[in-house]
Amino acid sequence: MTTEILKAPLVVEFPFTRSLGPVQSAFLTGLRERVVLGVRTTDGRVLVPPVEYDPVTADELRDLVEVAPTGTVTTWAWNHAPRRGQPLDTPFAWVLVRLDGADTALLHVLDAPGPDAVHTGMRVRVRWAPERTGAITDIACFEPHDSPSAGEPPAHEGQFESMVTGIVAQARLDYTYSPGRAQTAYITALADRRIVGERCPSCRKVYVPPRGACPTCGVATSEQVRVGPGGTVTTFCIVNIKAKNLDIEVPYVYAHIALDGADLALHGRIGGIPYDQVRMGLRVEPVWTEGGGYPDHYRPTGEPDADYETFKELL
Amino acid sequence: MTRDIAVVAFAQTDHRRTSEDLSEVEMLMPVLHEVLDRTGLKTSDIGFTCSGSSDYLAGRAFSFTLALDGVGAWPPISESHVEMDGAWALYEAWTKLLTGDTDTALVYSYGKSSPGSVRDVLTRQLDPYYVAPLWPDSVALAALQAQALIDEGYTDEPALAAVAARSRADAEANSHAQLRGSVPQGDYLVRPLRTGDCPPIGDGAAAVILAAGDRARELCERPAWIRGIDHRIEAHSLGVRELTDSPSTRLAAEKAGAFERPVDTAELHAPFTSQEVVLRKALRLGDDVRVNPSGGALAANPIMAAGLIRIGEAAARIHRGESDRALAHATSGPCLQQNLVAVLEGEPRHAQ
Repeated sequence: MTTEILKAPLVVEFPFTRSLGPVQSAFLTGLRERVVLGVRTTDGRVLVPPVEYDPVTADELRDLVEVAPTGTVTTWAWNHAPRRGQPLDTPFAWVLVRLDGADTALLHVLDAPGPDAVHTGMRVRVRWAPERTGAITDIACFEPHDSPSAGEPPAHEGQFESMVTGIVAQARLDYTYSPGRAQTAYITALADRRIVGERCPSCRKVYVPPRGACPTCGVATSEQVRVGPGGTVTTFCIVNIKAKNLDIEVPYVYAHIALDGADLALHGRIGGIPYDQVRMGLRVEPVWTEGGGYPDHYRPTGEPDADYETFKELL
Repeated sequence: MTRDIAVVAFAQTDHRRTSEDLSEVEMLMPVLHEVLDRTGLKTSDIGFTCSGSSDYLAGRAFSFTLALDGVGAWPPISESHVEMDGAWALYEAWTKLLTGDTDTALVYSYGKSSPGSVRDVLTRQLDPYYVAPLWPDSVALAALQAQALIDEGYTDEPALAAVAARSRADAEANSHAQLRGSVPQGDYLVRPLRTGDCPPIGDGAAAVILAAGDRARELCERPAWIRGIDHRIEAHSLGVRELTDSPSTRLAAEKAGAFERPVDTAELHAPFTSQEVVLRKALRLGDDVRVNPSGGALAANPIMAAGLIRIGEAAARIHRGESDRALAHATSGPCLQQNLVAVLEGEPRHAQ
């Protein structure tokens, strides 16, 4: 198969709105107010960042303490090529920092001139972001800072004015989508206004669109079979809600269409007929638009309706 | 009642930097056919099917349902899926066989890392409140662990380079591997890890067939009996963990019976050279144990399949008579967060 491999950019982007538990709420609100809170476990250890439940005993934890904005690097890694979304856009060190008063370490980044300026055991302090919203990024980064270690952390009520109760976590991932052998062949044929399915070598069924495998037999389909262009509406629905970014007047009909020669119905919009006159058995054909790459919709052919017996297996 | 359950067949793809010419099911299907062929079983003979994959890798929602087309899942079969490495799918299938409901299971997993940026994709598995907003990529987190090991004197850069070189040299004998032979250690990716310390990024799939008792003996000349299998997880927060050790691996190994008698072979799922150092220590592997004769994850690391491949490779050595007792390990999450250990044995070759 010498068909050119099709590729297209695909961006998956979603904001997750997450609610916070009482300890997380106090911690993130504290960052907004330039206060770093930890939580004390039942055996007296101080966890920073603080969690709602003890990772060892699963005890509910609520005793907050205020730790210092200074601490000690427990391990580090030099990142000479910052990636999208990371806290600094100049080379930096990833660090685990044990803040003074804490027994555990916080993951963040350290702004340093180069790897030779970083070592485990070095003293650092928080550099606050100028604008803070109640998020881990309210700590812009850490910076080298010579200071003596602070003492026992004092208790803190964890109450601030207008507590942060949730975060919106943005996530964006970029992909290059490629549809694979069978779907590439299908899409390529569509560009020539041909609809081409694939036949299962075992059960002889013709799948349109083909996905490369027969779901009944679990074997590769490869024999290409031209189907349609005529087809039969096997079932349909009437769409009354306008889709975002779609310039189609509602109501319209979306239908399952069994193309002649296919053993699986595909779906498409029905046009060229009032929505309330579409019926099971209606004979249709694809309507192509200039440069469309795929049928814009299907319209009635004017043939007599197909007998139910001829398409009942395709419902 | 306990039952003896064995790995009776294993197959894997050639792992490649990209498989853009194939869809996921097109990549997977030849492996399913190969593993079935090895036992003479047909899809309809399989009692339970379990798979492992992640939609995030290729950015395709519900991709595992499309992959099921390759099994021939219609009419509906008894089937399950985990959004985890296939080693955990194998664990579920093993549990299913233990119940006595069925005698055979097909386990498969696949991963296409090529469509996305896997270093970024893996950040989405992290704590969404305190960690994921910083986008710490998978290499960065492994590098923090490596530096901690160096600081505490457990390893150094030349020792890590030696792990990389040994793995890729061993992979010369593994035609499925992606990185084989002499591979330069390269520049720092995230210091102290160099490109040579990191796994190749690639696409691939693997499949295993499990069978119980006499059914296993019918299907395989020398079944790889699962003497024990267990998995354990560590705390979510990196800063709570002791990064130079892997107590979860040790506990899983203990529960799987790994310390009862020495193993001759260990297939460790250590995507980064430094992680092999941690695992050898946690598993108390001596120099007489053959570690990663396949080349391990440093030679081929199709995410979601690389752990299952460790079990498959260990089992295949038993099938071939090259091992009598092997340990297989799989990991998931940052810095070896979750670990699975299986102990496999072949029956004595001159018994009866």
